Amino acid sequence: MGDSVGIEAGLKLGPLDEILASMPGVGAESLVPILQQVQKAYGHLPRAILMEVSERTGIPASRIFGVATFYEQFHLEPHGRHIVRCCRGTACHVRGGPGIAEAIRHTLGIEPGETTEDMCFTFETVACLGTCFLAPVIMVNNDYYGNLSSRKIKKILEKYT
Amino acid sequence: MIPMFDKKIESLNDIEQLRKRLHGERQSYKTRVLICMTGCRALGAQDVAAQLRKKLKSLSLDEEVALVEAGCIGICAIAPVLLIEPHGYLYGGVTPEDVDEIISTSIQQGKAVERLALIQNGKSAPCIDEIDFYKKQNRSVLENCGRIDPRRIEDAIERGEYVTAIKTLSEKEPQQVIDEVTQSGLRGRGGAGFPTGVKWGFCRKSPGGEKYLICNADEGDPGAFMDRALLEGDPHSVIEGMIIAAYAIGASRGFIYVRAEYPIAVEHINIALRQARSLGLLGKNIGGAGFDFDIEVRMGAGAFVCGEETALIASLEGKRGMPTSRPPFPAVRGYREKPTNINNVETFANVPLIIRNGADWYNQIGTEKSKGTKIFALAGKVNNTGLVEVPMGATLREIIFGIGGGIPKGRRFKAAQMGGPSGGCIPAKYLDNGIDYDSVQEIGAIMGSGGLIVMDEDTCMVDVARYFLQFVQSESCGKCTPCRVGTKKMLDILGAICEGRAKPEDIETLEQLAADVQQASLCGLGQTAPSPVLSTLANFKDEYMQHVVEKKCPAGVCKSLLRYAILEVCTGCGVCKKVCPVGAISGETKELHRIDPDVCTKCGQCFEVCRFGAVAR
Repeated sequence: MGDSVGIEAGLKLGPLDEILASMPGVGAESLVPILQQVQKAYGHLPRAILMEVSERTGIPASRIFGVATFYEQFHLEPHGRHIVRCCRGTACHVRGGPGIAEAIRHTLGIEPGETTEDMCFTFETVACLGTCFLAPVIMVNNDYYGNLSSRKIKKILEKYT
Repeated sequence: MIPMFDKKIESLNDIEQLRKRLHGERQSYKTRVLICMTGCRALGAQDVAAQLRKKLKSLSLDEEVALVEAGCIGICAIAPVLLIEPHGYLYGGVTPEDVDEIISTSIQQGKAVERLALIQNGKSAPCIDEIDFYKKQNRSVLENCGRIDPRRIEDAIERGEYVTAIKTLSEKEPQQVIDEVTQSGLRGRGGAGFPTGVKWGFCRKSPGGEKYLICNADEGDPGAFMDRALLEGDPHSVIEGMIIAAYAIGASRGFIYVRAEYPIAVEHINIALRQARSLGLLGKNIGGAGFDFDIEVRMGAGAFVCGEETALIASLEGKRGMPTSRPPFPAVRGYREKPTNINNVETFANVPLIIRNGADWYNQIGTEKSKGTKIFALAGKVNNTGLVEVPMGATLREIIFGIGGGIPKGRRFKAAQMGGPSGGCIPAKYLDNGIDYDSVQEIGAIMGSGGLIVMDEDTCMVDVARYFLQFVQSESCGKCTPCRVGTKKMLDILGAICEGRAKPEDIETLEQLAADVQQASLCGLGQTAPSPVLSTLANFKDEYMQHVVEKKCPAGVCKSLLRYAILEVCTGCGVCKKVCPVGAISGETKELHRIDPDVCTKCGQCFEVCRFGAVAR
């Protein structure tokens, strides 16, 4: 076995080796934690790596892809350098959240779930960030921006370009 | 390991001695400054704490002033929040620039910094004891939340945590514990309200030696942050409750299934578990009482349906989080096909209180069929957003107006949404009804996990119904047809209503579909998905009809029914023209502007910025 795999050039197997070594006796039951760690290490879930997980753990690829596509947290495509998360919780909704999402869409020119062509931003909506006292709120990477109005969005996003 | 305590706790006496010693150590500090380092981090609490630490050290005050990085203090509306003990001064909106004054005035002279205090009835109210937000609550489960550093188990033990668990393991029989919890009347705080003691009894009686205990911390309801605050601010109360529950049902392994979207909660539970383990409060032979139990943290991966217990178990087993039909209930066949007991975070946090003070004590709080207190996450159009704990039976008026300080900008209360996507909207006529599991159900909502979103006259109830349906539709796992397809059809109709394309008979179809989805869905997600629609239809039918018949949205929310225009009072200041993101506004300076309806995206920014009331919709 080489130290990199398949069609997605440049993918190293080292991180995967470490993940699987740190979870001795892994079975299908540990699939969610395995995928969480793979995504943390690779930034997304590269298909070739998932096939490798299947090969080494004996978990059928169909089950791995089934789980990977069921949960919102997992993504098979690379993400942008900055993740913009717009909260769509109830408190945000009644305090102007939809306008905020609209402003992000307009500023970045992409829909939720998409990444800008220059790989700078990925735009996501989340069910609720649990910071309802800041509503309406967005997160850019790990920074919170609360009590927003749609005209503040452009300035906030510019800070990350 | 705690300095000065380098051996494991091997008896009840050990933990009581340790508690005494920690209590003595605490007395060596004249003042304690508590700062919320969880929710308030979002508004700069870390910078304030860093500045405080630096200044206290440079003034050599760090020996007599304890700086405690605490959990949620409750009144999130004025974040970042800081509390000074023993004076009880509560300050909000604190910045690093305020630190010098806080030290010289409050810590050194013991006086209040009035300008940082909460304004109540037109006057500043610097003391926590005089603030209505706290005075009108009954903070029992939240007693230590915001009053300890959750990352220091010493703080928790000093407040008496874990003592009840060790006492229970050493002195009580499992059945006695179950009886006590049953008699207390505690019901599941996750929302459904099933009697906790009865649930434990089922699991204990299930045959088989291998049993599991799960804490459901997959707090998915939008607008709910009670469990997050508890896990961040006092994870020990949940762990202690789990130890007692595990002993009662006979489980040796437990899980806390927590949302990955709550990184601080995950961090704090992991620290707490590590510390408890190193003190012998988890693991083999807990507290020398001969009982083995340990807990593992598992992170959710972003699926709302995993809050449903059978879906949660599927997820723990590494599968797609899809529910299965019950029976068999998890108490009979759950995780790994073994008897499993699942309770919510807040339910576990109630347990040590019940065992410590007795079922009779607990029984006195609350209403006839709903005992104890309930924590609510108060948010939306309300002044004092935050974390609130009241006895069961408190009225919405007490919570929203007494504790919450009413609606901002003097607007009118329209509805309170309880129970998230499974709940409903409670209109003003029920403001004085006492809130408990049964009374809330009677008026078309559910207690739910505790999200309480206040809505004012600017909220469109049809839009709210559509919002929740959109949520459940996208979170539906797709396993059963009524939920997967039924919610989609309902959503299509609601979309048509909001866009002015609906006919009156569509409302009937909507009601029929709602009944079908309720009756035929596999799990709680689908069975309750129509509730927000039905409750808004029951209480706000006029508003639906205005959308359908007059093609108007009285709250000014549904975009397709709005048309923005500039009135004669326009001064031509040009601000709207500047903010319009699509260049739909034209006009010379100091002349009447106009909006091109073909270009306008109805984003409402011009309406927001106009200071002359010249933009109409």
